[in-house]
Amino acid sequence: MHSKQVRRRRAVVAALVAISLVLLTAYFGESANSPLHTVQRGIVEVFSPVEEGASKALAPVRDIAGFFSDTFKAKSEVGQLRKQLEYYRAQAAQYRAAWILNQQLSREVSLQNTGLASYRPVAANVIVRDPNLWYETIMIDKGSDDGVRTGDPVTGDGALVGNVTTVGSTYSVVTLITDHTMAVAAEVQDSAGDTGVLVPAVGEPNQLVLQWLPTSANVQQGQPVVTVGFKSGSHEDLYPPGIPIGTVGTVGTDLANNGEVPVTPAADLRQLDVVQVLTAPHAGTARAQLP
Amino acid sequence: MSGVHDSLRLPLRLIALVLATVVIQEAAVSQISIFGTSADLTPLVVMSVGLLAGSIPGAIVGFGTGLLVDMLLVQTLGVTSLLYIVIGYWSGRLRELRDPSHGLVPVAMGAGATAFAGLGMAVIQFLLGVDAPVSLLLLQQIFIAVLVNTLISLPVYAAVRRIIEPALPQDPRRRRRRAYTTGGLSPLERPSGRLGATPRSSAR
Repeated sequence: MHSKQVRRRRAVVAALVAISLVLLTAYFGESANSPLHTVQRGIVEVFSPVEEGASKALAPVRDIAGFFSDTFKAKSEVGQLRKQLEYYRAQAAQYRAAWILNQQLSREVSLQNTGLASYRPVAANVIVRDPNLWYETIMIDKGSDDGVRTGDPVTGDGALVGNVTTVGSTYSVVTLITDHTMAVAAEVQDSAGDTGVLVPAVGEPNQLVLQWLPTSANVQQGQPVVTVGFKSGSHEDLYPPGIPIGTVGTVGTDLANNGEVPVTPAADLRQLDVVQVLTAPHAGTARAQLP
Repeated sequence: MSGVHDSLRLPLRLIALVLATVVIQEAAVSQISIFGTSADLTPLVVMSVGLLAGSIPGAIVGFGTGLLVDMLLVQTLGVTSLLYIVIGYWSGRLRELRDPSHGLVPVAMGAGATAFAGLGMAVIQFLLGVDAPVSLLLLQQIFIAVLVNTLISLPVYAAVRRIIEPALPQDPRRRRRRAYTTGGLSPLERPSGRLGATPRSSAR
């Protein structure tokens, strides 16, 4: 009797482990349109209204907890933000002059500075957030019914936060810029406008790394980093130009040795509640047509 | 008919528990940031089910919870299931082999389960090809998550016990231990009925 129980217990555990390994292997090697992915999307489709309802119902609990969390966080950020404020005040005066000059030049080449409005932004609520450090994704309550498509850029908290990687009719999954699969062409707003490729420092959820900069670049801590929005032949960047991404962190020897600088995202990616999906990401790329 | 109904009580409660846990986790708990990370109810619930119901229910609930988490977060299927099967199974084995009665066992088990889930996820991701070094921040985040989950493990365990205990089959070992501790049934304190009453003559 006892040995029968032991055999049964071992058989159940072995079967469960085997099923998990088969699922893992099959899923890992399959394309996005495979049966397992389709089943997964179907289940997400079924659960998304439930999660949306639960998210709204539990909003007061979240807000109360968020209040205490934000209070502690705010205290530690006061000093840092005061320094940043001083820096940005000085920068703002310079940018104002540059903006006026830019407007004049833009008119000369008959370009219109359209801003984000021309990219048909769709506002969406974050309904699911991934708690672990390995899959930096969020789920939002807008999908193909609202014009969202795979690859659309997503902004939030005044900066680029990622792009849409999975779309259902009423939901979408957004992969954040800190996910290990992401890379964004980015430009440092220094005197030379040095460009590079922004990738996440995987395992460090609040940090990005701007690679492939010229090793002689004069990049300073605190300089803003924005999207490039390049167009080369038929290839076009996913992201419109000029969307803020973050600021340059402490510049060390990695710049001179490898052309790399750390970048801190401008958006607090762990605290996103509302985002905007740019459903017409290539609407304002007139700049890319310049010779 | 009543027997069939009784046999379905525990599975139905466990299914409802898993669904509610995952939805609450994804819709609310994961969005509350504590020192840059958030609590994770799912390993605590799997651990609690293992401790209360045994290794097989623990492993099955671990598999189901992990699969649902992977499904809803559009992650690689099977990764979380694999980790949670181990958590559920070994929590259940601890109960079956040691039958721990100390009130702080869920706290230690909660910390262990969360640490195993965090470190196990890191190892599997490296095996699947995420080519990044283990940073100090990653370890720090896992450590904070373990601390946060340790703090909430007792209430989570109590809630799970409240939900599934009425549907659990009576465990003879626990019944016997409860009887001893209340003092009434110890064979050392009460004459055995099998021997019958002591005759007055021999008492003299």
